[in-house]
Amino acid sequence: MPTPKIEYGILAPVLVVLAAAVLAVLVEAFVSRRYRYVVQTTLSFAAIALGLFTVILNKDVSGRFAEGSVAVDGVTIVLQGTILIFALLGLLLIAERGFQSFTAQASTLPGSADEQRALASGLQQTEVFPLTLFAVGGALLFPAANDLITLFVALEVLSLPLYLMAGLSQRRRLLSQEAGLKYFLLGAFSSAFFLFGSAFLYGYAGTTTFDGIKLQITTSPGNDLFLLVGLAMLTVGLLFKVSAAPFHSWTPDVYQGAPTPITAFMAAVTKVAAFGAFLRIFYTTIGGMVWTWRPIIIAISILTMAIGTIIAIAQKDVKRVLAYSAIAHSGFLLTGIVAFNKSGVGATLLYLLTYGFTTLGTFAIVTLVRDAGGEVTDLNRWSGLGKRSPLIAGIFTLFLLALAGIPLTSGFVGKFAIFSAAYESGNISVVIAGVLASAVAAFFYIRIVVLMYFNDPQEDGTSVVIPSPVTAITIGVCAVATLVLGVFPQPVINAVNSLAMFVAG
Amino acid sequence: MNPYVPILVIGAIGFGFAIISVVAGYLTGPRRYNRAKAEAYECGIEPTPPAAGGGRFPIKYFLTAMLFIIFDIEIVFLYPWAVSFDQLGLFGIVEMFLFILTVFVAYTYVWRRGGLEWD
Amino acid sequence: MNGTSQMLVYLIAIPLFSATVLLLGSRALDKVGHIIGTLASTAAFVVGLLEFFAMLGRAPENRAVTQPLFTWIEVGNFNVGATLLLDQLSICFVLLITGVGTLIHIYSIAYMSHDKDRRRFFAFLNLFIAAMLLLVLGDSYLSLYVGWEGVGLASYLLIGFWNQKPAYATAAKKAFVANRVGDVGLSLAVMIAFVQFGSVSFSGVAEGVEAGKASSLALNCLGAALLLAAVGKSAQFPLQAWLGDAMAGPTPVSALIHAATMVTAGVYLISRSHFVFDVASVAQLLVVIVGAITLLFGAIIGMAKDDIKKALAASTMSQIGYMILATGLGPVGYAFAMMHLLTHGFFKAGMFLGAGSVMHGMNDEVDMRKYGALRKYMPVTFITFGLGYLAIIGVPPFAGFYSKDKIIEIALDAGGAKGIILGSITLLGAAITAFYMSRVMLMTFFGSKRWEADAHPHESPALMTIPMVILAIGSISAGFIFNLGDRFINFLNPVFHSDHSGHGEKEHLLPPIVVSALALTAVAIGVSIAIAKYGRGKSIPAVAPADVSVWTKVARRDLLQDDLNEALFMRPGQELTKALAIVDEKVIDGAVRGVGSLTLDVASGVRRTQTGFVRSYALWVIVGAVGILATIAVMSL
Repeated sequence: MPTPKIEYGILAPVLVVLAAAVLAVLVEAFVSRRYRYVVQTTLSFAAIALGLFTVILNKDVSGRFAEGSVAVDGVTIVLQGTILIFALLGLLLIAERGFQSFTAQASTLPGSADEQRALASGLQQTEVFPLTLFAVGGALLFPAANDLITLFVALEVLSLPLYLMAGLSQRRRLLSQEAGLKYFLLGAFSSAFFLFGSAFLYGYAGTTTFDGIKLQITTSPGNDLFLLVGLAMLTVGLLFKVSAAPFHSWTPDVYQGAPTPITAFMAAVTKVAAFGAFLRIFYTTIGGMVWTWRPIIIAISILTMAIGTIIAIAQKDVKRVLAYSAIAHSGFLLTGIVAFNKSGVGATLLYLLTYGFTTLGTFAIVTLVRDAGGEVTDLNRWSGLGKRSPLIAGIFTLFLLALAGIPLTSGFVGKFAIFSAAYESGNISVVIAGVLASAVAAFFYIRIVVLMYFNDPQEDGTSVVIPSPVTAITIGVCAVATLVLGVFPQPVINAVNSLAMFVAG
Repeated sequence: MNPYVPILVIGAIGFGFAIISVVAGYLTGPRRYNRAKAEAYECGIEPTPPAAGGGRFPIKYFLTAMLFIIFDIEIVFLYPWAVSFDQLGLFGIVEMFLFILTVFVAYTYVWRRGGLEWD
Repeated sequence: MNGTSQMLVYLIAIPLFSATVLLLGSRALDKVGHIIGTLASTAAFVVGLLEFFAMLGRAPENRAVTQPLFTWIEVGNFNVGATLLLDQLSICFVLLITGVGTLIHIYSIAYMSHDKDRRRFFAFLNLFIAAMLLLVLGDSYLSLYVGWEGVGLASYLLIGFWNQKPAYATAAKKAFVANRVGDVGLSLAVMIAFVQFGSVSFSGVAEGVEAGKASSLALNCLGAALLLAAVGKSAQFPLQAWLGDAMAGPTPVSALIHAATMVTAGVYLISRSHFVFDVASVAQLLVVIVGAITLLFGAIIGMAKDDIKKALAASTMSQIGYMILATGLGPVGYAFAMMHLLTHGFFKAGMFLGAGSVMHGMNDEVDMRKYGALRKYMPVTFITFGLGYLAIIGVPPFAGFYSKDKIIEIALDAGGAKGIILGSITLLGAAITAFYMSRVMLMTFFGSKRWEADAHPHESPALMTIPMVILAIGSISAGFIFNLGDRFINFLNPVFHSDHSGHGEKEHLLPPIVVSALALTAVAIGVSIAIAKYGRGKSIPAVAPADVSVWTKVARRDLLQDDLNEALFMRPGQELTKALAIVDEKVIDGAVRGVGSLTLDVASGVRRTQTGFVRSYALWVIVGAVGILATIAVMSL
């Protein structure tokens, strides 16, 4: 048996982040409570920055590594870069200490004396940093995985910390815990589907590598029962992660219950990672089965857009609105999978990039609207915000317009790219559904704008706090990105398109 | 010989062992009932009464179980390595060392944060 | 080849900059906000005038100029530059938008003087001007789309400006929904153009159409999508219902956006896309049908409205119907549509300002049944409104005569039965227009006083009357000037390639003089009926009589359009939303219940709610998985 070869340099982005996560656990164990916050933030930011640096070093790499279980190519590079940028911004929000977003002691019983004591101590746990780093590490590996087992490990490393992080909210502890538990149970459930599918695919191809499965599909076409069942189950697992209907039901509850910085992180990073894996599997591994899977993805895409946009209209909580908006956006992103052509890859990557900035910015602003008790997410209490703080409301409007896909914002560029890719592939039904859904969706985005500007402020103590530098940087970066990607998207489009190539195989 | 036959045999032996030990215990053991015998755990620890509202058990049981799993998993991976470590050479030793190190990190965390202290 | 001009960008940049300053500026700007806004609009007008004279100085075929700003999106061969294009068609709009816009800015200084949010109002007006200019100056469908969304947003903001009243907010919402339906059309059109021609610039699409790159079906789809966009924006049948409600906005807004400029964007879009409609015969026929229906529809609604602004809005709808009809009649129609658009811009804006002036003097009363005999109290308003009235009903030599007469003429010339039907409709429309506009005149300025007790009508301040006077002068003279020696048609010829000299030799169904006579007869009939019903000595009840024929009732309810919309679209949509909301609320409610019972029974409460919901969520996952499996099974059979 030859010694396995591991290309540490090329895997560096993942390794650096995971190593930092392990170190961060040691920091929790050995550094005294007073210095933990400083050490953890320094370590996390350094790790993400170093990761980003190694991604840039890798930019010309294209090939399969670690015994064929990881594929690093243009698509991986773009996705890893995107994930790390969003992780950086998400970490900035998580590092915000002014808002007490996170519970003092997650394990205490809500309402118990223990909890009161922990609250009174005024301390906040810093475990969220290693957890975030683990999640980022999993997210980095997820779109690069070229083997079902690697994919599953990456999925779990990404998901498990998120389950915990969803339950850390300081406010509305029960809702948050409920969200965490719900996310965990349903996540485990969908992981079972995923594993089940992987087992079937292994049974079909006799190997877990993507290349082996692909080879089997191309050499012996035909509808093997194992292949079809495996395909269906694997798809369910992936669709759950991207919150496509009807596997979306966890999304609103989890988005609402989780601490808002975590929601922001999750909304951006998970979506990029999951769609990255989606792209790789559907475009390369089971690309030969396109006639089988395309109708399903079309149906799911349309259903997802419809459910996301229609239910969003009825929502009264800003985080739930944004959650349903995230669902609708998954529907839009699925049209990029449906496209299954060269422009589909670039368009999906571009869409992920534009969407991530916008959604991070949106949630960052949600953390700013507060009353004495904490964040205010009831939409009615947002009325008149435009009169109270025109700047923040203006930026929020920008984000909402971008989510709605109004031209001159990044959202339009992304939507335009992804819909034209789908149109090019001749799947007009999804494009029409997408355009219609965007039209309906604009309604509830604009409704929030109207609420902020037209209604009179309510005198109930709701106000926008002045953001600390970390949050301000996040909002600023996201706003600038949203605008620049809308007005001068060219350099980014060029960069993404020049990289958007899967490793030949 | 069909390669599945040994598996079947092992399965049969395992199943038989379980039955035999229960039956043997029933046949040979003395039957003296007392209070301790009737308790859930015969090791002398009284089951904690349910917390207010019922159902919650102390987190420590959970921690212990998790610690057990940490080492359990470690063994699972050590075993195949031990079988082929001569072929994997230095690479195998380094990787296994890293693996044990990461597992140990988790253990250290639990230890430092008081997970091993039973009140 | 086209020349370039470096000034075009200032047309948009100046009002946009001003809008930004006014929106972000502090309260300190409250005192000067209206002046900044008006100056910005004036500056844009001056730039427009300079460009106009520069254009006249060039040979007709070299008059169009462009200004490339930057490359917006470039993917492979697909290239969308943000380039501005000013040709004969756009300059008409530029002058209309900035000219009428500036007058309305001036008017608003006085009209909005008591509003504490006047600065914001001017910011929105500037924003609208900038967006509308972008709409007409963009050289591609994509730039047009940006402007299109921009004017929609600005219009929405302005309709809902007085959003304290819920009805106004509803009106804004309705306008928004109708516009979104139209916007779907435009985005589809952009998509079709891109896929068919690989370009979204006007010149690229025109070349593609000429080169025969697209099938007739694709071209008709493109045309239909563009028409849908136009229908939404220009309040044409069947998406016209929002315009009446949009009158909830401040009157200057109604004058600028919902009479003179934004609602005519649909006419612009169709004229701009003439190269598509010229070869897409089905889509072109649809344009004619939509125009014909709307012109009658609007006119009939106009007869039944007692709210002066709503009557004028119905009239706007009807007049735009004329324009759309004209654009559907081929090359010769575009120029006449544009001519009517410009003259209409003058007289309708003037009349809206007049209506605003009346409301200003009558404590914001809009019910014409509570007006009467105002001519003595508001002479300037009366005269300017009257001139606009003469223009709209088409009395020579006022502006409307020239433009509307031409449309009737080409409608008759459409040939065969089509010509006779369209001609009759346009003539009938003219008669009804004469009737309802006379009704407005008579009920407002003549007859007996039917005022509320606390009304003290007075003439408006000079800042309001001067714009009205200027617009009235336009209503008198514009048509005559445009028509002198076919000047306007020839000016636009390089854009539409409608060689008008050929038009003269074409066989007319009826000689032009007979057409004019017919039209004037129709007008005379309409006016006479109005005088007989509402003229001297007739009493007008202060409350609309209830014992009217069913037809009147139907007309009062906007020809049941709202009811129809509600039954067809709103209600099923609402039901669906409601049903889905129930599904969702159960989750929320359940969670709330869970939290409530928690105080009593922490663990079991949580367990009950949580496992319950996770179970139902998980059920959905299973349903989905089974669905996917079933689909795959069916697919691979």
